[in-house]
Amino acid sequence: MSSLQSLDIKRRSATTTPSPSIREAHGGGEVAKLIDVSKCIGCKACQTACMEWNDLRDDVGTAAAGVYDNPTDLTEHSWTVMRFTEYENEATGNLEWLIRKDGCMHCEDPGCLKACPSPGAIVQYANGIVDFQEEHCVGCGYCVTGCPFNVPRISKKDHKAYKCTLCSDRVAVGQEPACVKTCPTGAIMFGTKKAMKDQAAERIEDLKERGFAQAGLYDPAGVGGTHVMYVLHHADTPSIYHGLPNDPKISPMVSLWKGVSKPLAMAALGVAAVGSLFHYITKGPNDVSKDLEDEMERKDEEAEARARAATQEDRP
Amino acid sequence: MRRNPRDLQRYNASERANHWIVGICFILLALSGLAFFHPAFFPLTALFGGGPWTRILHPYIGVVMALFFVLMALRFWRLNVIERRDIEWLKNVDKMVDGNDHNMPEQGKYNGGQKVLFWGLVIGMAVILVTGVLMWRAWWAPPITVIRVASVLHAVAAVWMIGLIILHVYAAIWTRGTIRAMLYGTVTRAWAKQHHRGWYRKVTGDDS
Repeated sequence: MSSLQSLDIKRRSATTTPSPSIREAHGGGEVAKLIDVSKCIGCKACQTACMEWNDLRDDVGTAAAGVYDNPTDLTEHSWTVMRFTEYENEATGNLEWLIRKDGCMHCEDPGCLKACPSPGAIVQYANGIVDFQEEHCVGCGYCVTGCPFNVPRISKKDHKAYKCTLCSDRVAVGQEPACVKTCPTGAIMFGTKKAMKDQAAERIEDLKERGFAQAGLYDPAGVGGTHVMYVLHHADTPSIYHGLPNDPKISPMVSLWKGVSKPLAMAALGVAAVGSLFHYITKGPNDVSKDLEDEMERKDEEAEARARAATQEDRP
Repeated sequence: MRRNPRDLQRYNASERANHWIVGICFILLALSGLAFFHPAFFPLTALFGGGPWTRILHPYIGVVMALFFVLMALRFWRLNVIERRDIEWLKNVDKMVDGNDHNMPEQGKYNGGQKVLFWGLVIGMAVILVTGVLMWRAWWAPPITVIRVASVLHAVAAVWMIGLIILHVYAAIWTRGTIRAMLYGTVTRAWAKQHHRGWYRKVTGDDS
């Protein structure tokens, strides 16, 4: 949505100098969306609000037959998807219906942005929102490779990457994301990151009183915290919520690829190229020796002389 | 072209064409690949018609290079089998680098350094081809862990190959009278006798 003229760019993909960042986050500090999984009833109003606000229509599929997840995965048209898990809690003997609103987590240290090779195709604003700028996207899919949550999707139609924007366009004008506005139970909340953490703390206390001893906040430190956080009743095992990573972090492979290898490779190639030049000007060329050239010339002359002699003998 | 009728043929036209197809592909691949590897080189995408075109073209050029590389490797691999005299040559490579190659062990068509380069490029090509295919999202997407490992290895293989090619090009420039072998196929006898005496004896029958 934004150009750099928002003047609040904290990070910009494939860019080694600071981007316009004179402006602080609008309305004070970093923002966050808090999803209280314990309050979610799985109505999918958030999915509908998302497609409505962002004007996206996914294909009507039949793959969801027999399950509640519909569509069954995030797509370039479905930037948020409800994930349903039937969890048998052995401790209590209860069947728990765990419903998680999946989508971009807006990592403080975004793996997609780190991996992206195209300058400015991914930006992070001062408020923490990670936004794709499709006009700069080349369609390589490195953001998918870099993402610890498997969120970005490449469109088959235009080969650009898409994902939840955290309604950066709405947030920029002081509104909450569309999913937050529409949620009928108040399970999705939005505010400053601090306010959301405070809110989560209250909710967690409440949940603990209700017997969920492991209730807690999902704000994984491995990616520097996220700007989309969950209140989980079983925060000790996030993976039971349809594979939410227990300890997400940017893969060491991606860090190696997009981190230390870049300066090392550039230095190595620079040394090879400049070293070659200096080798040439210090040692000089590896020329054919004058002796050998003279030797070959002598051989040529001898051969010619023999040839002349042979022709003369042939004459009557 | 034979300036002197007694110049020696080192590469025939087919071998030269094969080499330059690989060479042109390599240059295009290095430029487009570096554009995606380091932000400093991203402007190189302009040479290919912009970012998306660079992303589209790079893998196809890679396939062409791989095909012609395999063809070239099949032509030359026998001549690059490393022998005892190559080990001796490599042990004395410091003298060569120092600019004094007159006491180097006698070499066949290729010296130890060239043979090491050949096999280095064969290994690089194998790694870069397999990892590149795995990264080709336009066609398929293997498990994410596979793509991540492939991405690292693709970059490592690319830097390895570009480094070797810098040395390859420099060695050809440094050793005067070499580049013509790949341009029009011939070298002088003096060049052959100095740099590849074994090969010189074999093709001329001159045992001096």
